[in-house]
Amino acid sequence: MTRDTIMVLKEQDVVPFRNRVKEYAVKIKMGLVNQTKLITAASELVRNMLRYGNGGEAIIEVISKGPYTGIRLTFKDEGPGIADIPKAMQDGFSTGKSLGLGLPGTNRLVNEFDIKSELGIGTTVTIIKWANG
Amino acid sequence: MFINIIKTLKNNKGEILELWMKNQLADSVLTEELISHQELRKQSEELVNALVNNLNENNINDSQSPDFDQVTELLGGISISRARLGFSPRETGSFILSLKEALLEILKQESSNVKELFEETLKLSRLLDNFTILTFETFIKGREELIMRQTDEITDISTPVIKVWDGILALPIIGTLDSARTQVVMENLLQEIVKTGSGIAILDISGVPTVDSLVAQNLLKAVSATRLMGADCIISGIRPEIAQTIVHLGIDLSQVITKATLASALQYAFKSLRLEVRKTASEPTGINK
Amino acid sequence: MERIPILKMGAFLLVTIQIDLYDRLALDLEEDLVKMVEQTSVKGVLIDISAVSIVDSFMGRILGNIASMSKLLDAQTVVVGMQPAVAITLVELGLPLNGVSTALNVEKGMHLLRSMMDFNGTDQEDGYSSYD
Repeated sequence: MTRDTIMVLKEQDVVPFRNRVKEYAVKIKMGLVNQTKLITAASELVRNMLRYGNGGEAIIEVISKGPYTGIRLTFKDEGPGIADIPKAMQDGFSTGKSLGLGLPGTNRLVNEFDIKSELGIGTTVTIIKWANG
Repeated sequence: MFINIIKTLKNNKGEILELWMKNQLADSVLTEELISHQELRKQSEELVNALVNNLNENNINDSQSPDFDQVTELLGGISISRARLGFSPRETGSFILSLKEALLEILKQESSNVKELFEETLKLSRLLDNFTILTFETFIKGREELIMRQTDEITDISTPVIKVWDGILALPIIGTLDSARTQVVMENLLQEIVKTGSGIAILDISGVPTVDSLVAQNLLKAVSATRLMGADCIISGIRPEIAQTIVHLGIDLSQVITKATLASALQYAFKSLRLEVRKTASEPTGINK
Repeated sequence: MERIPILKMGAFLLVTIQIDLYDRLALDLEEDLVKMVEQTSVKGVLIDISAVSIVDSFMGRILGNIASMSKLLDAQTVVVGMQPAVAITLVELGLPLNGVSTALNVEKGMHLLRSMMDFNGTDQEDGYSSYD
């Protein structure tokens, strides 16, 4: 169990996906607070994917770098894409009717955050949370 | 022509060890406090055997060869244990470097052809240099692990949560409040709040040397998290110079209850719990009994 | 269809969320709760989230909405029993739920609701005796 791909196409897929992330986090002995941060971040991103990208796939992976073990989550959708990523990463910006702290808030919950988007093609967001970070 | 050097080394294992031991002991920095000569001899003998026995004409150019697994494992073990015991990098490095010297010395005794000697020396040097690099890498890794463990210990030790009264917790923060510390502080505090069912927490920052905007932000996070749990948070121990810095930096702590001393924070806490500390009319009888 | 049960306890409504909510369920709860506040004309709502392991921005917004909507209907909302890890995460996320009152547990939450009503004073007089 080091890699999993889960399709998230409807709202009811979110909770099982979160549970799967939790299983992985528990397996690499991630502390409870970091687990909660990771799953919350995953929840935010999966919601974005559903709302703006009509769903997509989520990949869960266990990774390691030096003495650290962590979890990498990748969210891929084929939605309209984000026009201005730096702007989307600012606190208070949102195109939808959420609170507008989705992306920057999520960024603060994880150790590494990467977003790539192309208009008309889709968006890919990758996050990493280390077990002891 | 490689057969030559390998055979030579294999036939002279005993002598290599003696030379090496002599080299190591000649190095005055190696104190017997850290390792006994007996122990050192055992380590050295094991390594000479592992190296010479596994050496052949094919792997002499390849320090990564699986034939050397035993050597790298031994070296790794020795470096890590030396890092933990507090050996200096010099002491650890000279362990393997002086082996090289011993090996080259043997070569010199056996061969008189300068060109051949040079080529063999070069090969052997490269191999041993790679092992030296490995030794240092492992040594540093050992030190880093040590530092990481100590950092964890310091964070744990320096954030005690004290129950000062039924329903009142105090948390004296000592040292700089960086993001990692804040996380530990918050975790300890919130867990203790749940455990004791306390409604008031006092964060005392008398022991925090400076408050910059990052520290202030971290304090505010702790206050917000406490509030989300359903408890009130008071920040105490604000020294005059800290009050000045806070205002000059334009940090807004107006939403937070702040007190100059832990005593006044406690007084405030008593008041909000509708408790009262009074002098009794008569002499206390309980204390001298 | 799945629904989160809402209990009426004296002058208060009590909701205990036992499962991780997906969005529809949370929105239904918001709607049911506001309707119920109006129908029963209670003065306080207690939401126990001690069994909830994840509160993301959506769930946080629902809690804020419930508090604001109830307030318009003259009822106070107290969220009780938030897990430490959830509180830390919400703060880091930048969502300190400023408009929502909180308490450590249901008992303390009830106490807080009562004291809020005492504070509000005269307009509570008609039903006052039933709070104790």
